Amino acid sequence: MNNASRVYLIASAVLLVSLAGGVAMLSAIDRIQMKPEMQQQALYIQSARTLRRLSLGYTGLLADIYWTRAVQYFGLQHHKGSGDFRLLAPLLRVSTELDPEMLPPYQFGANFLGPKPPNGAGLPYDALALLKFGIAHNPDKWRLYYNLGFLYFTEFKDYKKAADAFAQGAQLPITNEFMPILAARMAQQGGEFETSRILWYSTYQNTKEPPIRQNAVDHLRALQVDEEVTQLEKLVAKYREQTGHLPANMADLERVGFIHGIPRDPNDHPYKLTADGRVEVQDPQSILYITKGLPPGMSSPMPVPERSNR
Amino acid sequence: MNSRIGYVAFNTFREAVRDRVLYNLVAFAFLISAAAVLVGEVSIDIERLVVVNLGLTAVSLFGVVIAIFIGIGLVSKEIEKKTLYTVLSRPVRRWEFVVGKFVGLTGTLVVNTFLMAIGVLLALLYVAHRFEQADVWVLVALYFIVLQFLIVCALALVFSSFSTPLMSAVFTFALFVIGSLADDLRGFARITQGLPGVVATVIAYLVPNFSAFNIITQAAHGDPVPGRLILYNTIYALLYSAMAISGAVLIFQRRNLK
Repeated sequence: MNNASRVYLIASAVLLVSLAGGVAMLSAIDRIQMKPEMQQQALYIQSARTLRRLSLGYTGLLADIYWTRAVQYFGLQHHKGSGDFRLLAPLLRVSTELDPEMLPPYQFGANFLGPKPPNGAGLPYDALALLKFGIAHNPDKWRLYYNLGFLYFTEFKDYKKAADAFAQGAQLPITNEFMPILAARMAQQGGEFETSRILWYSTYQNTKEPPIRQNAVDHLRALQVDEEVTQLEKLVAKYREQTGHLPANMADLERVGFIHGIPRDPNDHPYKLTADGRVEVQDPQSILYITKGLPPGMSSPMPVPERSNR
Repeated sequence: MNSRIGYVAFNTFREAVRDRVLYNLVAFAFLISAAAVLVGEVSIDIERLVVVNLGLTAVSLFGVVIAIFIGIGLVSKEIEKKTLYTVLSRPVRRWEFVVGKFVGLTGTLVVNTFLMAIGVLLALLYVAHRFEQADVWVLVALYFIVLQFLIVCALALVFSSFSTPLMSAVFTFALFVIGSLADDLRGFARITQGLPGVVATVIAYLVPNFSAFNIITQAAHGDPVPGRLILYNTIYALLYSAMAISGAVLIFQRRNLK
């Protein structure tokens, strides 16, 4: 082997070994969690005005970066099952102040901020401020009024303000067919199941994002269960009123003509009737967000965040 | 060390000094003195924080700029001035030339960093009036900055071995920026699935992880640095530099110098 070949061989071997070693070391460094945690918890510049100056006019790109960072921050905290979302609102505020016409931070940001953990940050007032800022800068976008009405309904239970938001959105030149329906439903302040169903159905219809569509489907399934269990328990009470005792099973309700066939939940499992007259689903963990049909003491099943492998 | 590598390294260092690279120390001294004196006048209770943050950031950025702008010319300048032919016509092998250049450049940066470190410590002493136990983490941060320089020098040398100085500067600076965001990149890779996830993971592990070397904020707050991180970062910097230098040697061996 001549000298040049030996150099090639040794250099190639060193390159490969050091590459493999470097990757192994990087994994080891990653396992020392202190550093990523520290970085993640820091947002050094919270002033959009300062950032605008620092960006030398490239505010659009910087806004995109901050929005991406907000998504990553929310995703990582959610992924870890952490309830700490303290940087979310500032990240969203900075990205929207840098580019007030970028709509996704308002639409999705409000969905990140509003709901209680683990689904969101549990900061509905921050979500409200974000959407109001968005509407002030984009008064012709019906989606923002939709998000505002949705927030008022789901997080504040404020039908009046929700109705106003949907009504304003319905009057825009470019709007959505659901907006006047939602405005009317809210104004009536009734039929919570039906209103919720329209809201989640319109959410499903108006987004292409798979996680949001799946979330809407999960809520629609939960609404179906909540409504059916409520209805069945009313029939059980009616049966007791008429016969003086509780039905032994669903077949008793069918026999007296209250129901036609044994009702089934969205997983196609028949509903159970308990000895004390309550109606339960067979597998409560498999239907997210349900509030009815649960065994006593069990709280609503929520999505389990995928925990990091680190 | 091989004496031929030593000669190349010493000449690289001497050339850098002759090129007035160490003049940056004047700017650094002015910056750190001004910070130490002025911060007490315009702010409250953050003198130490500002001196450590500003001092270490300046050490890091000045060093990176020097590493890039000297590193990119290491090979091309020798070719342009035709001094490379003189060197290689002597019993100096190409790989010895590359390794010597690397050692010389890192030596320059170590000397530069050492002098800047004295400046930081003096400024620290000026604002705090005494050294604290937590100041040891400032030294660890400085050590990490030197490790960072090893990688930047090696990368500059890789690009210098096949590209023009301008493109080498662009490539090296781009990798420095990407590497400084390596934590975000790996965070992104972790939550991305499918082909984009695989691509992101490969990129995240291939680019140099400069973010692991940046403990300036921790050092400013006196937060301890785990011993394991010091060990792993040292090994990682040595391995990554070895990888890059091997790449530079492989490229330079094949390069037609006629």
